[in-house]
Amino acid sequence: MSELLSIEGLGISFGGVKAVHDVSFKVKPGEIVSVIGPNGAGKTTLFNMISGIYRPETGRVVLNGEDVTGMEPHLLARRGMSRTFQNLQIFQSMTVLENAITGYHLQESGSVLADLFNLPASRRRAREAEAGARRLLERVGLERAAEREAGNLSYGSLKRLEIARALALGPKVLLLDEPAAGCNAVETEEIDHLIAEVAASGVAILLVEHDMKMVMRISNHIVVLDHGEKIAEGDPATVSRNPAVIAAYLGAEAEAEHADG
Amino acid sequence: MRISPKTATLLVLAVLVALSPFFFPSNFYYRIGSLMFVNAIAVIGIVILTGYAGQISLGHAGFAGIGAYACALAPVHLGLHPGIAVFLGAAISGVLAWMVGRPILRLKGYYLGVATLGFGILVSMILTNERDLTRGPDGIDVPDLGLRALVNGLGLNLSNGQFWYFFSGICMILGAWIALNLFNSPAGRALRALHGSEVAARTVGVDVARMKLQAFVISAVYASISGSLLALQNRFVSPDIAGFMHSIEMVTMAVLGGVGSVLGAVIGAGILTLLPQVLTIFAEYEQLVLGLVMMLVMIFLREGLLPSILKRFRGRDE
Amino acid sequence: MSELLQFLFSGVTVGAVYALVALGFTIIYNASDVVNFAQGEFVMLGGMITWAAHAAGLPLPLAALSAIVITSAIGVAMNKLAIEPARGAPVVSLIIITIGASIFIQGAAQIVFDKQIHSFPAFSGDAPLRVGGATILPQSLWVLGGAVVVFVGLWVFFTRTLLGRAVLATSNNRLAAQLVGINTNFVMTLSFALSAGIGALAGALATPITLTAYNVGIGFALKGFAGAMLGGMGNPKGALVGGFLIGLIEALTAGYLSSTYKDAAAFVVILLVLFFMPQGLFGRKSTDRV
Repeated sequence: MSELLSIEGLGISFGGVKAVHDVSFKVKPGEIVSVIGPNGAGKTTLFNMISGIYRPETGRVVLNGEDVTGMEPHLLARRGMSRTFQNLQIFQSMTVLENAITGYHLQESGSVLADLFNLPASRRRAREAEAGARRLLERVGLERAAEREAGNLSYGSLKRLEIARALALGPKVLLLDEPAAGCNAVETEEIDHLIAEVAASGVAILLVEHDMKMVMRISNHIVVLDHGEKIAEGDPATVSRNPAVIAAYLGAEAEAEHADG
Repeated sequence: MRISPKTATLLVLAVLVALSPFFFPSNFYYRIGSLMFVNAIAVIGIVILTGYAGQISLGHAGFAGIGAYACALAPVHLGLHPGIAVFLGAAISGVLAWMVGRPILRLKGYYLGVATLGFGILVSMILTNERDLTRGPDGIDVPDLGLRALVNGLGLNLSNGQFWYFFSGICMILGAWIALNLFNSPAGRALRALHGSEVAARTVGVDVARMKLQAFVISAVYASISGSLLALQNRFVSPDIAGFMHSIEMVTMAVLGGVGSVLGAVIGAGILTLLPQVLTIFAEYEQLVLGLVMMLVMIFLREGLLPSILKRFRGRDE
Repeated sequence: MSELLQFLFSGVTVGAVYALVALGFTIIYNASDVVNFAQGEFVMLGGMITWAAHAAGLPLPLAALSAIVITSAIGVAMNKLAIEPARGAPVVSLIIITIGASIFIQGAAQIVFDKQIHSFPAFSGDAPLRVGGATILPQSLWVLGGAVVVFVGLWVFFTRTLLGRAVLATSNNRLAAQLVGINTNFVMTLSFALSAGIGALAGALATPITLTAYNVGIGFALKGFAGAMLGGMGNPKGALVGGFLIGLIEALTAGYLSSTYKDAAAFVVILLVLFFMPQGLFGRKSTDRV
């Protein structure tokens, strides 16, 4: 099968410092590709470039054969790219259901006039979106919290809500930035299952995660970043034996210990 | 049967408009009531812009000025009926908001505040200085809308104050209905989403620039219609209507009642319209009190009166 | 030629006032990320209090000094009563609070003083000095001198004194400053005192030329803000240059285009800067973290 998302030589620098440099890899439909690396390796920056939040200085992002480099996020969303955030970007003052519904609305952009005067077209769209959103909440196990204000949910629930919202777009590519961070073992396993299930439905998944057990368990392919550069890639077994990867992680740990001590 | 918040709000407003006159100590209160409703229309527009979409405007009185002067000038210069002039003013305000909003709404926070403030002051400056057109700072007469004669022709016998009271009240309810429709619609959710997190809204496919612009245009039309109604019932308009203080009043009314809530907007407009009318000694202290209200509400009741009260009630339920 | 020179003279005079207001914005912005819309009211208070004190019989220098001291105290009160309690509030709330403070101060000035336009004698007489075919008022030199002295004083304060460096450190990283033991609340208070005092000084110096009334503040605030933004928000040098530029643009607009719309010049500059050069002349670009 051919790749759905192709990252070709992406790079960006902030204030003269190269945050990400010449990173390339590919993701196929139904595949789970994880990007790992020590803190500050440039994983989130890479995600922000792929999802159109930062404009890369070098390289290309190709989605489904189309060059989408530096495209506005809402246009990427319409082309089937969806994402979650490391530090949760939930619409706090909206209900759980409404959060999920927002993901549905772009699929057809109706006229705002229909919305203002509550015309049948607007009501029909609202009904359809609500039904779809409820199904999704059920899928991530949040159906009973549907009417609650999102700001009041637990951290683990918010993580799942964010995934539900991203799925509402019906994405072809899903970028998950640390979906299990801050979750307990049970929650992590739930998210684990959810990701596998989504991938099984043919969605290409790009994952940044610190929980190595989870990464090794669910990834088909792993890309390792260190100091903004790709230092290794391959299947979980190969990557975990790679001396450069071990050195990067040990080095980072040694640095961390040094800083602590 | 459960009543939706939308129906509940509309019912409360309808009851308010219909029953308040029974408690009026004098006919003068019809006048105050209609002023409240007219202000509430502009403030509902601010609720859409600031409460839903999270964008601030310190220059919306500029649009009220355009709506008001459209009613004064279009009948004289274009021979239009004043009623048509209301729509012309709304159209001009909408188009102007669309043109100005495109670059302005890329700005955030303080910069957006200053840019809108500058826009409002430019409008009032033009209304004050282009004497050949607007007759300058002394103001200009506005022709009769003629609707009261029509209504009374149907057998009613409304005084001028009564007519404007009920007419403004109906317009306000209509405005509230539209704003409430928007709240739970796809577009309204997109606005609230970008208010909550702009970056997340973009990644779920909200065209943030377009949605902000729509909210700006809609709220400008509200302000414009409010200005038109004010001019028509006063039969007179001066550049003060577009002034900085009027913009600030709109925002203060909105935040006082609760900027996220349509009913709150009406309450805020009501309180700040009523106060200076009831306390005549208040005139001297109007600015002082307005400034004080702005600070106190933002420090102690950040969500505004109505949401804070509702929260207290709900808290007791649980 | 002498006409142009005349416009330039009046431009740098008002420009100096705007530069002082812009510096006031900058000090508070750097200490707290708050844009204080009440900045212009400090200028108004400087003028009005000096006038009132002078009318009550105080000699002019003492009147001006008392205006600066009282206004600084009002600045401190504003910080304590309105800004500190709202720490962490969204920007929209802070905008409303500082505008509320601005209107409150105006309202108070109406009651304490009156609604009339006031002035007081120039510090060194009214005889214009002839320079290259144009004339300049001695008071203009006072205003210019004031701007320069304040700027140099601030520069010395921020780079040569421990306290000044503490303020700078706070503006760079509030948390880090707290960690190294800087009392950031005190820094905020100091910033408001300084900023209000500078505004009052501008008002006391400029009033013999520009006149004063309870409602002149908002104009100064907007033009000072335009200057601060043109120079690059948060940059003192930018504030100085930006303030002078706004004054010059305004004077040239009045001279060559339309005196009715001279006040529009600052807004046009604001809008142009916002659209085409949001980081200003000396500002830095910033990137949002997600």
